[in-house]
Amino acid sequence: MRFDDEPVPGYPLPILPGHTSPGRLERVLRSGAFAITAELEPPDSADPEDVYRRARVFDGYVDAINATDGSGANCHMSSLAVCALLTRVGYAPVMQISCRDKNRIAIQGDILGGAAMGVCNMLCLSGDGVQTGDHPQAKPVFDLDCMSLLEIGRGMRDEHRFQSGRKVTFAPRVFFGAAANPFVQPFDWRAQRLAKKVAAGAQFIQTQYCYDMPRLRSYMQQVEDLGLLDKVFILVGVGPMRSAKVAEWMRSNVPGVHIPDAIIKRMAGAEKPAAEGRKICTEIMQEVKEIKGVAGVHIMAYRQEDAVPEMVQNSGILAGRVPWFPGRDGAGPELHYTPAPTVPASLQMA
Amino acid sequence: MYSVRLWSVRHARGLELFYQGFERVFVALHPIWKAVGYERLEKPVAVVEKAVKGLLFDCQMCGQCALSSTGMSCSMNCPKTLRNGPCGGVRADGNCEVKPEMRCVWVEAYAGSQRMVEGKEAIKVVQFAVDGRLKGKSSWLKVAREKNA
Repeated sequence: MRFDDEPVPGYPLPILPGHTSPGRLERVLRSGAFAITAELEPPDSADPEDVYRRARVFDGYVDAINATDGSGANCHMSSLAVCALLTRVGYAPVMQISCRDKNRIAIQGDILGGAAMGVCNMLCLSGDGVQTGDHPQAKPVFDLDCMSLLEIGRGMRDEHRFQSGRKVTFAPRVFFGAAANPFVQPFDWRAQRLAKKVAAGAQFIQTQYCYDMPRLRSYMQQVEDLGLLDKVFILVGVGPMRSAKVAEWMRSNVPGVHIPDAIIKRMAGAEKPAAEGRKICTEIMQEVKEIKGVAGVHIMAYRQEDAVPEMVQNSGILAGRVPWFPGRDGAGPELHYTPAPTVPASLQMA
Repeated sequence: MYSVRLWSVRHARGLELFYQGFERVFVALHPIWKAVGYERLEKPVAVVEKAVKGLLFDCQMCGQCALSSTGMSCSMNCPKTLRNGPCGGVRADGNCEVKPEMRCVWVEAYAGSQRMVEGKEAIKVVQFAVDGRLKGKSSWLKVAREKNA
């Protein structure tokens, strides 16, 4: 897909009629194409090239890149900074905002700052508990929850006001998203919770890892029954597992991940478990594409990001489409960040 | 107390009825509250409210009670203080991600709401962000003041 006004990095696209953001993700979704987003693991480093290297892996295969916000309550480069780096070269990042680490003053500041840096998509999350991460001694903030965060974000965009009522002089033009987990208790209420998120302002949804198709189907049926399908774009979360052992570990240690026994068995019986994991992921992508109301997939290939192009290619879900990336249309902008001059030896730390 | 808290959710309908009656009386007594002075009443009423709701719901005195909208399960007992539904980390047995020995506050809330009359619909409405200034204050007095405003 090609828009006749592809971006000059740093300069926003015009906002199309009926759109709330100038972003490419919203354009792709509203055009009816099957969208692909992928998760970038923010580096434990202050080197911008680490971010660009991780983003380039996805070139030509994804429409937007999620920058996680201290996912699993582990410390990494901030989502805002990763997104700001990505927009410099034209990528379409999804800035994840967790309520765990910041109060409403900081979060609203980030929404403005992110939008000013060209971030068009923001994903509003409650956040993992601090007990799961590398700093269990940290103070959990949770001043807002994902729902009130959505409401406040929408208020800033549509009513041009902070939560306090004070005026925002130039509103953040953002496509707001939220997460959903159809695969954990209380099942009967998950669709209802989605309805609440849509009412609060969610325009797109990225779900937790899907390995259980029957559950996803019944969830999507409930979502349809609630009349939500034309109100929100649902991207189903997928990802490859490296081995049965990893899958087993994930389901017992990562909150909210549900993996049926059948999948673990299939992984355990495979000759090349990693390849089998990618194959399962590819099949799931093909299957979810056929489900009514699914607008795309969100690939979380943790530590297997290199496998994303191959899986997308094999699945055929792009149907020949090449998502924009810096340089796709030939003479693109300067792709790579110029590293800072080398620090003289005398100034380097031992 | 945890066991009493679970009892309260099981008896959400009765508590809903009781509270509706209580609220009517409490709000009607506005002239008295006003004569004594809402400010002066704040401390003693908050003490009573904390004792009663602390026992029944493990109330955390957020000062903006939403029990009628949360199936009589106090959402401030959620380790993430989520006021609009369960997070994505609920365990397969319906227990909390952060405190594995505790039932998810929201799994309880939905069960409680189904026993209620108005609570059935109220749980579907989005709750605003918590006002941190009200912490420790009486929610009953707030209701009386607002309904008479």
